Amino acid sequence: MGYSKTKWLAALAGAAMLALTTAAMAKDITLSFYYPIAVGGPIPKIIDGYVADFEKENPGIKIKAIYAGTYQDTLVKALTAFKSGEPPNIAVLLSTDMFTLIDEDAVAPFDDLLKTDADKAWAKSFYPAFMANSQTGGKIWGIPFQRSTIVMYWNKDAFKAAGLDPDKAPDTWDELVAAGKKLTQRDGANVTQWGIEIPSSGFPYWLFQGLTTANKVLLMNEAGTQTAFDKPGVVAALQFWVDLSKKYGIHPAGTVEWGTTPKDFFEKKTAMMWTTTGNLTNVRKNAPFPFGVAMLPAHEGRGSPTGGGNFYFFKKMSSEERAAAFKFVKWMTTPERAADWGIQTGYVAVRPDAWDTEAMKKYVADFPAAAVARDQLKYAVAELSTHDNQRVTKALNDGIQAALAGTKTPEQAMKDAQAEAVRILKSYQ
Amino acid sequence: MHGLEPKTAAAVAPPPRLRFAAPIHGWLLLLPAAVLLATFTHYPAVATIVDSFYSTPKARRAAIFVGADNYQAMLGDPVFWRALSNNIVYAGCVIPLTIALALAMALWVNGKIAGRPLLRLSFFTPTVLPMIAVANIWLFFYAPGYGLLDQLLGLFGIPSHNWLGDQHTALICLIAVAVWKDAGFFMIFYLAALQQVSPQLAEAAAIEGASRWYFFRRVTFPLLMPTTLFVLVNAVINAFRLIDHIVVMTQGGPDNATALILFYIYEVGFKFWDTAYAATLTVVLLILLALLALGQFLILDRRIHYQ
Repeated sequence: MGYSKTKWLAALAGAAMLALTTAAMAKDITLSFYYPIAVGGPIPKIIDGYVADFEKENPGIKIKAIYAGTYQDTLVKALTAFKSGEPPNIAVLLSTDMFTLIDEDAVAPFDDLLKTDADKAWAKSFYPAFMANSQTGGKIWGIPFQRSTIVMYWNKDAFKAAGLDPDKAPDTWDELVAAGKKLTQRDGANVTQWGIEIPSSGFPYWLFQGLTTANKVLLMNEAGTQTAFDKPGVVAALQFWVDLSKKYGIHPAGTVEWGTTPKDFFEKKTAMMWTTTGNLTNVRKNAPFPFGVAMLPAHEGRGSPTGGGNFYFFKKMSSEERAAAFKFVKWMTTPERAADWGIQTGYVAVRPDAWDTEAMKKYVADFPAAAVARDQLKYAVAELSTHDNQRVTKALNDGIQAALAGTKTPEQAMKDAQAEAVRILKSYQ
Repeated sequence: MHGLEPKTAAAVAPPPRLRFAAPIHGWLLLLPAAVLLATFTHYPAVATIVDSFYSTPKARRAAIFVGADNYQAMLGDPVFWRALSNNIVYAGCVIPLTIALALAMALWVNGKIAGRPLLRLSFFTPTVLPMIAVANIWLFFYAPGYGLLDQLLGLFGIPSHNWLGDQHTALICLIAVAVWKDAGFFMIFYLAALQQVSPQLAEAAAIEGASRWYFFRRVTFPLLMPTTLFVLVNAVINAFRLIDHIVVMTQGGPDNATALILFYIYEVGFKFWDTAYAATLTVVLLILLALLALGQFLILDRRIHYQ
């Protein structure tokens, strides 16, 4: 009996000590932060540098930055962790995952954190085009961080060789077709150089939005409950994409692989390509010829979808943790840091005042192509995002690929995609 | 008081304890493996079957019992049928081609030829490379125009083709990658089996005047049957299990031309988050694989001559 009593006392003392240390440590708030990598470059080094600087300036807050793979991997990891009860506090995920995250009840909006005027001004400091994919139902669910748009790259040497002005990219669909015809070179039945390549593997809907936006049609409503895949403007945009190959013969037939398109461009297999601004640094390093970057050509109107990732706050955070997380996100999106992140990665700096910083001014003066994406933002629209997003997107992707492969007419393909989208979205009406 | 009872009982009646001692010993030895199997194989399989009869739980809506609704939806899902037929074509090509190639390579490097170790190594190399890396390389082999395949065909004046972008060729391209990847691995098993075949048999056959083809057909191949069964089981499993190259090369496109069942399960489960429907598809895959394995063991096993 005596022995067991001493043991009890010792255990109690130990527990008390433990409680004391935890209390002392509780002052330090630790936040987990998942982020993906979708472009080249030493991203983890940059992020770790930011986190170290933030921790130095904000003692008492510790950020555990975790590289979680691609966007898709990061979403899977974050949602699985959420379902098992241990979600990350902060995560960078695709802006288009907003509805998925809301439907899973996994994320919390930012609005109740915006108490001071400075905070409210901060929330309004981002490009409206980027906020379009970050709010729904009058609430802000994501803060723009690594965002991009589609731009057109062109090979100036090829333009010169074809007798075109090497410093001027085609500005309309008609000019695109005319230039493409001059640029396409054939050797018998073989095409040695295509006029243009618009990739269509993996996520063709995104590049397709570059065509539909120019045709002045939107693919979905803001609430993410309705799509408009079978509108005449959408069908006409798809018809144009198909015609680039079928009618004009300036674009390869079938699906064009996203991953090899930049390589096709470097190898002079195509004189123009559409791809993300995130490839800017890659093209700058690897193109063995002078190249230009232009906005996507216009038709009825002009424009491109935005793309990329936002900051999200997961649920199950204490109010102290939320305040600390909010501090971190504000810190990560100051004009200076937005500029630095843009310069180091090729993403579009997410707020106008970032472009007025000294570092960014110097960068743009040295490399004017970097500003094209920014200038295009005033014409930009939200990336396709609905409830049950990936499933709706797949319906559209399948339709686009079927039309490009020639197994369905554009009209039939879009009609089928719309019917499937209506079926999927029925429960959200 | 209660605690004492069993003790007394045990003390009074020792014989049953002795009688059970040996089996308990055996069960204890089996326990680690049994626990692992039950936790990671049998429980998930049973849970999957149960889940397939419930709806997908959502944040504000718990899973409810829906009976065969998921199965009914599956029967009406064109992508499922596409994935299933793709998978049958895929397996139907990959399995025989891989086995034939593995056997041919093994027979070749089993002979006395110059540079044999180097040849064996080169046949085995694809196996040691990770599929993701390999798929990224093949992506460029198939690139239209400057890709290796188009350059080779270009020498014979065959025009360039968009191999992965054409619905008619994309699946064939993936089949080629799978055959290339697995044949070397299975060759090793055939090679090991061939080394076991006694040279006396070949000598005897030569004396009898049997042709090399006859000897292969009537002696070598039957002796290799146990290996063939093993390889066949593995090839079947791989044909339904290995989808890394699809993720890298086509993501199931163009228009589901290269969607295989497991890839579709992944899409439904982790992209659409429709876990109940993913469970339903998994049950179908499970049944399919179980039937195939059962058939192989029941039918082929009888015809196999074990030494």
